[in-house]
Amino acid sequence: MNILEARNLKKYYATQKAVDDISFSIKEGQIFGLLGPNGAGKTTLLRMITGIFYPDEGEIIFNGRPFDPSNDIRQIGYMPEERGLYKKMKIGEQALYLAQLKGLSKSHAMELIKEWFTKLEMQSWWNKKVEDLSKGMSQKLQFVTTVLHQPKLIILDEPFSGLDPVNSNIIKDEIFRLAKKGATIIFSTHRMEQVEEICDHIVLVNKGKKILDGTVKNVKQDFKKNLFKIGFFSEPGSNYSNAFEIVKQNDDHSLTVKIHEGFSPNDVLHFYLQQQNAIVSFNELLPSLNDIFIQLIEGTAASRQFQSTTV
Amino acid sequence: MSKVGLIIKREYLSRVRKKTFILTTILTPLLFIGMIAAVTFITAKNIRNEKLAVVDEQSLLKSNLKNSKSVSYEFRNDVDTSNFKSKGFTAILFAPHSGINQTRNFKLISEKSLNRIANDRIDKDISHALESNMISQELKIDPVLIDSIKSRANEVKIEAVKKDELGKLTSSNFDIASGIGYLTGFLIYITLFIYGVMVMRGVMEEKTNRIAEVMISSVKPFQLMMGKIIGIGAVGLTQFLIWIILISGLSVLFGSSLSPETMQQVQNAQQGAGGMQQSAPPGGMAALVTNLSSVNWIMVVGCFLFYFLGGYLFYASLFAAVGSAVNEDSQDAQSLSFPITLPIILAIIIMINAINDPGSSLATWSSIIPFFSPIVMMARIPFGVPDTVPYWQLGLSMVLLVLGFLFTTWLSAKIYRTGILLYGKKPSWKEMVKWLRR
Repeated sequence: MNILEARNLKKYYATQKAVDDISFSIKEGQIFGLLGPNGAGKTTLLRMITGIFYPDEGEIIFNGRPFDPSNDIRQIGYMPEERGLYKKMKIGEQALYLAQLKGLSKSHAMELIKEWFTKLEMQSWWNKKVEDLSKGMSQKLQFVTTVLHQPKLIILDEPFSGLDPVNSNIIKDEIFRLAKKGATIIFSTHRMEQVEEICDHIVLVNKGKKILDGTVKNVKQDFKKNLFKIGFFSEPGSNYSNAFEIVKQNDDHSLTVKIHEGFSPNDVLHFYLQQQNAIVSFNELLPSLNDIFIQLIEGTAASRQFQSTTV
Repeated sequence: MSKVGLIIKREYLSRVRKKTFILTTILTPLLFIGMIAAVTFITAKNIRNEKLAVVDEQSLLKSNLKNSKSVSYEFRNDVDTSNFKSKGFTAILFAPHSGINQTRNFKLISEKSLNRIANDRIDKDISHALESNMISQELKIDPVLIDSIKSRANEVKIEAVKKDELGKLTSSNFDIASGIGYLTGFLIYITLFIYGVMVMRGVMEEKTNRIAEVMISSVKPFQLMMGKIIGIGAVGLTQFLIWIILISGLSVLFGSSLSPETMQQVQNAQQGAGGMQQSAPPGGMAALVTNLSSVNWIMVVGCFLFYFLGGYLFYASLFAAVGSAVNEDSQDAQSLSFPITLPIILAIIIMINAINDPGSSLATWSSIIPFFSPIVMMARIPFGVPDTVPYWQLGLSMVLLVLGFLFTTWLSAKIYRTGILLYGKKPSWKEMVKWLRR
């Protein structure tokens, strides 16, 4: 069942079309990646899903019914990209305040906060003020306040920015755990390597339009270029066959080959099996999401962002 | 508890618990009362009886110098500049040798200079003695007669009485009314600024801390704005209440610790000093008390609370809108809030005018327009309702103020909900007008 469906959403600002006719649907329990360069319309899209903005056109179906922000907001946890906390407030009070604003009773909220603080080893923080926390610590607190009220839909906009690898992994594990328990997660980012690792399904937006929609596996299959890498025991000669061409000769006794239309990997293996040089490995080379996205938004100013973030 | 209730609670508690709030709230009245107390005690302590030896060989003064609380005189011919101190005098006064027309030649010699009150007293005593002498010498009239005529003429006092439509007469006291008008008008002026700016800073803080969007994902922007405005308004009321209690409590305490005689002395001293009008109202304090009780306090206090809250709500939402539009830069905040502070400053100027002429058309109309009414109307009300301020004017002013703050709140909410989520450069007025159309 789809927990969220966006149908032909549009949001125009005076100077630009921030979201221009975008539709997608998210299944319950999915980890959904909403990707795109800065200024693509991600934040506007998320603000419509969270009820902060009303779409100019189109509709949002939440849990099978038209989205009603004043009620459904309780089922949603949103961690915006521009996030912060009241600096002068104590950590515990802050968490309690935000939980109560989500509609939790004081006692229930306290119970849940204690549980989470114990889990993330934050018990000693209760009476500290936010201004005394490091950036990573306040990110952790931010995450706790987002998921505390047990929302069915958790929306995380760039959740790992500013986190060190250790805390990043802690949060990542929690995200997986929450998904396993049935929560649906929308994960918005422009860091592709995290997406490949975490997301089931992705949507790519650029300049207010959806340009890609599918599971990570399918997207990669769709964009594969029939490239394979074959490793040999010793230096291979430059051989020739109808079935493939050699794209690149690598230093580690391996070849990158492109299989021609109408041939299969077996034809390549068959060709090399007849030779003396022993085959050590044979892998399909799938494009990284980063490559796919650069290819898709090639030529737009936004594509430069991805090249710089390639890791 | 409702969401707005939670927000109000947080806004209120986070401010009331602050050390600076507790300090200013308690220290301000203490300082205020303390200063008055200090001045009164010092003045009271400074009143000494100066003993003067008068050397009057020509008998120009005819021993006519009357002793008073601050100065006493003794006519002696055996005292001179070298021994007046040892004989127990603070100073020695030499009358001129030449004659009655050489009045400039009086000489007062003392070791340290006398205080101003004594100096003034001596001056007056000498001229009164000379005057009496001249009258008896040149006009051949008993100076006592002249004195009695003067004092009878001085007793004239104007009783200003207003006659309303029903023919009922009410005594009015312009000084008291204008005093109350000034006080209440200024109080509203100051609070509009203090708490208005507090709202603006609060909104700016939410924006720069980047908590705004987190909050907006749980509550509506309007709820967040109203929660802040009401919470801070409650802080203002709390502060007022504490001040009123502390000031009235302390003044009772301080008042009872002073004997009535000291009070009278201080009052006389203060009148003597500064060469204030000699025609101080007879009865002094007693008259003030009766005049104060003639003021319609229920009306004044009731209207004060209404105009304080109305004015605060009218301006606070505008300040909130400005706070939402700017970022960290406090200079931006200053330039954007200028159009809001301008009418408040204008109102105080009109108020000063209105106090001098509470019935003028400028005073009347600006006490009806919501931009100025909280301050200007408060200056007019002590002059009397319904004679100076007819019921229709008061009613219209109140209705317009309520409509006014509903309008500014609606307007500000529109700017606020866009501004609070916008980061980057300061928007222009033109852009903010565009936000209104959304």
